[in-house]
Amino acid sequence: MKLYELTIHEAHELLKKGEVTSSELVSAVVERVEGVEPRVKSYITLTCEQALERARQADELIARLRKSGEEIPPLLGIPIAIKDIICTEGIRTTCASRILENFIPPYDATVIIRLKKAGMVMIGKTNLDEFAMGSSTENSAFFPTRNPWDLERVPGGSSGGSAAAVAAGECIGSLGTDTGGSVRQPAALCGVVGLKPTYGRVSRYGLVAFASSLDQIGPITKDVTDAALLLNIIAGYDPHDSTSVNVPVPDYTKALVPDVKGIKLGVPKEYFIEGMEEGVEKAVREAIAKLEEMGAEVIEISLPHTEYALPAYYLIAPAEASANLARYDGVKYGLFLPGPDLWESYRLTRGNGFGPEVKRRIMLGTYALSAGYYDAYYLKAQKVRTLIKQDFDRAFEQVDVIVAPTSPTVAFRLGEKVDDPLKMYLSDVFTIPVNLAGICGISIPCGFSGGLPVGLQIMGPAFGEEIVLRVAYAYEQATEWHKKRPEL
Amino acid sequence: MEYEAVIGMEVHVQLLTKSKMFCSCSAEAFGAEPNTHVCPVCLGMPGSLPVINRKAVEYTIMAGLALNCQIAEFAKFDRKNYFYPDLPKGYQISQYDLPIATNGWLEIETENGHKRIRIRRVHLEEDTAKLFHMGDYTLVDFNRAGIPLLEIVSEPDMSTPEEARQYLIKLRTILRYLGISTADMEKGAMRCEANVSLRPKGSKELGTRVEIKNINSFRFVKQALEYEIERQRKLLEQGRSVEQITVGWDDQRNITVVQRTKEYAHDYRYFPEPDLPPLVISREWVEEIRARLPELPDARRERFQQQYGLSPAEARVLTAEKEPADYFEACVALYPEPKKLANWITGEFFRLLRDTGTSFEDVKVSPEKLVKLLRLVDEGTINQNTAKAVLREMFETGEDPQKIVEKKGLSRITDTAYIQSVIEEVLDANPDALQRYLGGKESTFGFFMGQVMKATKGRADPKLASKLLREKLTELKKNS
Ligand SMILES: [Zn+2]
Repeated sequence: MKLYELTIHEAHELLKKGEVTSSELVSAVVERVEGVEPRVKSYITLTCEQALERARQADELIARLRKSGEEIPPLLGIPIAIKDIICTEGIRTTCASRILENFIPPYDATVIIRLKKAGMVMIGKTNLDEFAMGSSTENSAFFPTRNPWDLERVPGGSSGGSAAAVAAGECIGSLGTDTGGSVRQPAALCGVVGLKPTYGRVSRYGLVAFASSLDQIGPITKDVTDAALLLNIIAGYDPHDSTSVNVPVPDYTKALVPDVKGIKLGVPKEYFIEGMEEGVEKAVREAIAKLEEMGAEVIEISLPHTEYALPAYYLIAPAEASANLARYDGVKYGLFLPGPDLWESYRLTRGNGFGPEVKRRIMLGTYALSAGYYDAYYLKAQKVRTLIKQDFDRAFEQVDVIVAPTSPTVAFRLGEKVDDPLKMYLSDVFTIPVNLAGICGISIPCGFSGGLPVGLQIMGPAFGEEIVLRVAYAYEQATEWHKKRPEL
Repeated sequence: MEYEAVIGMEVHVQLLTKSKMFCSCSAEAFGAEPNTHVCPVCLGMPGSLPVINRKAVEYTIMAGLALNCQIAEFAKFDRKNYFYPDLPKGYQISQYDLPIATNGWLEIETENGHKRIRIRRVHLEEDTAKLFHMGDYTLVDFNRAGIPLLEIVSEPDMSTPEEARQYLIKLRTILRYLGISTADMEKGAMRCEANVSLRPKGSKELGTRVEIKNINSFRFVKQALEYEIERQRKLLEQGRSVEQITVGWDDQRNITVVQRTKEYAHDYRYFPEPDLPPLVISREWVEEIRARLPELPDARRERFQQQYGLSPAEARVLTAEKEPADYFEACVALYPEPKKLANWITGEFFRLLRDTGTSFEDVKVSPEKLVKLLRLVDEGTINQNTAKAVLREMFETGEDPQKIVEKKGLSRITDTAYIQSVIEEVLDANPDALQRYLGGKESTFGFFMGQVMKATKGRADPKLASKLLREKLTELKKNS
C-alpha cells in the first residue's frame, strides 16, 4: 500500500509503532501532490516546505513520547488539508476570491488551534467556490478543481478542493465547511466521507462567514473512523463563538459499533423525486436494503416542507451573506482599487473583487432585506425554516436516523451548469434541509453510477452525531465502497 | 400665527466598561495611540465573531431602571447595514425591534414646574471608529470601534430649546449618578441629535421634522435648536413648507447645514444578528440590579429637603451632580449643621470652583478640612472673612486650615476696636483694681494685660493690646 493512501487512523498506528515516520508520510503525500495536482488542482496554496519541517519536528516528538511512554496525539505528524475559508495565522486565506487574494490572517481559527494541538501537519489550503457559494468549485476566482474520478467532471462544492484532495490521496484527511451541503455533496461526488456536525457543535471562530446561521465546519475523510477522529478534535464549546453550544463532547470513536440491529431508519418520500438520476436512486435503495438486511428497521416517513427548503435557503443564506461580505471594502485589508472618491473606490474594489455568483447572492440578499420586502422574503423564509425544523423534530420522534441520497446526481461535467444557477442550486436540494434545521448529517460512499461515486446521506437529530456515525460505520464495514480509489 | 416647537432627542452615551462591547480590547481608549486598542473582532477581520459584554447589558438595564423603563425579558441584537470606513464590518451591531428597555421617563425643571419627558427606548450598540480627515485623504482610528454605546431616544415631549438642554443635563446627571458613563460631551462620551418640528400653537398634529446632528455641547444644543426653530418659523410664515432633511450644526458659523435630504434616507436593512444568541433577561437579574441602584438625583433632592431642612434651591444645586451631594453628606456626618454647610458649599465653595475652573474630582479640600475651618470660625479663632480667605488658600494648596491660620498669623487679633471693647469689659469687671491703678499702683497694669489676653484666649496682638490699654488708662487717669 502507498503511504498517501493511508487513513488517519492507519497512519497514526504506523507512526505510533515506529513503522513509518512523519517525514516519510508527508514526503509521500508531497510527491503525490506533485504528481497529480497539475491535473486535479485541489489546492490554492500549498505549504509543503513548512509541512516537511513540521514532519521533522513531529518525528522528534514521536521519538521522545515513545521513549517516555506517553500518548501520541491523534494527528501528530499527519498531513491534513484545510479549506481555504478557514483562517490560518501567517498563511494566506483567500476564500477563492480576488478580494482576499493576498489576505494573510493574523490569527488561527479555533479549529486550527485544536488541530495544531493534536499535532496536525498542514499540507495546504484547498480550493472552493468563492466564499463557499456554489456546488461545483467552478466559482473559484482562480481555477476549477477536477473530480479525481473523471477529470472532465466537477468535484462538487463548495468544499470541492478538500474532497478532491482526499479522494486523490493529496492529503490524509481534510476540513471543509457546510452551509447548504458543501461538505456532504462534494464528499458524495468524490466518493469519500463528509460529516456536517450539528450547528453549534464546532466553533465557527475563524471560519470566514458566508451564512452565519448555517455555516458549520466538518471533516472530509477517507472513512467514517477518520471522521469521528477529526470530530473528536474539532468539536466543543468555544467562548469566542457565542453560537457554539456547551454540550459535552463524547469520544465519537466509541460510537463506531458495526451493528444497526433495531435502529429505526426513516426514509423520507420527498427525497426520492422525479429528475433524480436513476443510478443514484438505485445505489441508495440498495444501501437502504443492505442496512435493513443488517437488522435495521426501515420506516417510510414524510418531511412535508422539504420542497420549500431550497427557496427558503436562497433567501436566508444570501441575506446573511450580503451583510457578512460588506466588510470587504478595501479599507482594512484585501483588494483595494482607489477611485476618485470613497463611493467609486467601493464600487471598483467590490465590483472587481467579487465574482458573478457572489455578486448575485449579495444582490439577492440585499433585496430580501430591503424595506418593504423584508416580511415577504426574509421573514417568511425564517418561518419556513421553523416548519422544516418541526418536520425533522416530528420525524426523530419516530426514527433514529433518516437516510436519503446526498445529491440527486453524480458528478456533472465542468461547465454543464455554470450558466444555469437554478440548475446548480438544485444540486443541494437534499442537503440544505439539514442546515436549515441545524441538525447533523453525513455522506458516505454507497456505490457507483456510470463509474462515478454515489453518496448515501444519513441525517441525525441535533447532537446526534454518535448514532449517525454508528450507522455510517456499520454500513461502511459491511461494504467495500470506501476502499475504492480513483485511478490517476 | 403662533407656532410651538416639538423637540425629541436621541442621545448616544459611551459606557464605562473595562472592555469593548464584543471583544476583550480595553474600552478605555480615549487619548491612546491610534489603533492600539484593537483585535480581529473590533477590526472586523474575516472569521472573527462577537461575544456580548455582560457588564454592558447590566449597565443598560441600570440606565433603563433609572429612567423608569420596562426591561425586556427577551431582547436581541440586530445588524444595521451601511457602508462607511468608520464601520469595520459594514454593519453595526445594534438593537432594532426588541431593545433592552422601553417606555420610561425622566423629569426636568421648567419655568412652569416639573415636566415629564417620556423615554421611548434605551438600547445597546457598538461605537464606530473615528475618522480624521486630512484634506485629500482620511485616517481611521479603530480604538473607538466597538466601545459599548447606549442609545437613549426620547418622545418629542420638549417644546423649547431650554427644555432640551435641561433634558440633557438631567440625563447626564442620572448616568453619572449610576457611574456607567462619564457622559462627557467634550470628549465625545455623550453625543446628541435632536429632531424638531413646528406646529400652530394648540394643534395636535406634528409638522415635518428636521434632524440636527453633530451637537456636541450643552450650549450648542440650545443654539442649534433656536436657529432651526427660527428657520422653520420663517419658512412657515412665508407660506413655504419645511422639508424633511437632516442638518448638521456648524459651530463655527452658528448655522445648521443640510447633510442629507429625504431621497437619500438610508435603508439599513436590519435583521437579527445571527452570530449572537437572543438576550434573555431574567426578572431575578433585573431585581438584583434594581436593589443595587444608587439613590438617584430626584430622590436625593427630596431627601435633602426633608432630612436636612434645606431649601428646594439648595437641595437642587447640591444634588445636580453626584460629587457635591456626596461631599455635602460627608461634611454633615462630621459637623451636623446642614444649613450652614449648604450655605458654605453652594456659596463660597462653588464660587471657588467656578473661579479656579476646578472640577469636583480635583478639589483638594477634604470634608474634614472644610469642617475644621468652620470650627475655627465657631471658636472665634477667625472671623467669616478670614475663613473665606483661608478657604481660597486651601483650594490652591490643600493645606490644613489650622496650619494656614498659624502660618499667616491670622488668628492674632489686631482689630483695634475689638481690643478696645475687650479692655472696656476688663476694666468694668475689675473696678477695685482700676481704683488701685488710678491710685498710683502702676504694677496693676500687668494684671489688666493678663485679663485682656485671657478674654481673647491669648490671641490679641500683645503690642497693640498693651498700647491700647496704656492709652485707655492714661486717659482715665487724666480724667480722674
Ligand atoms: Zn477588539
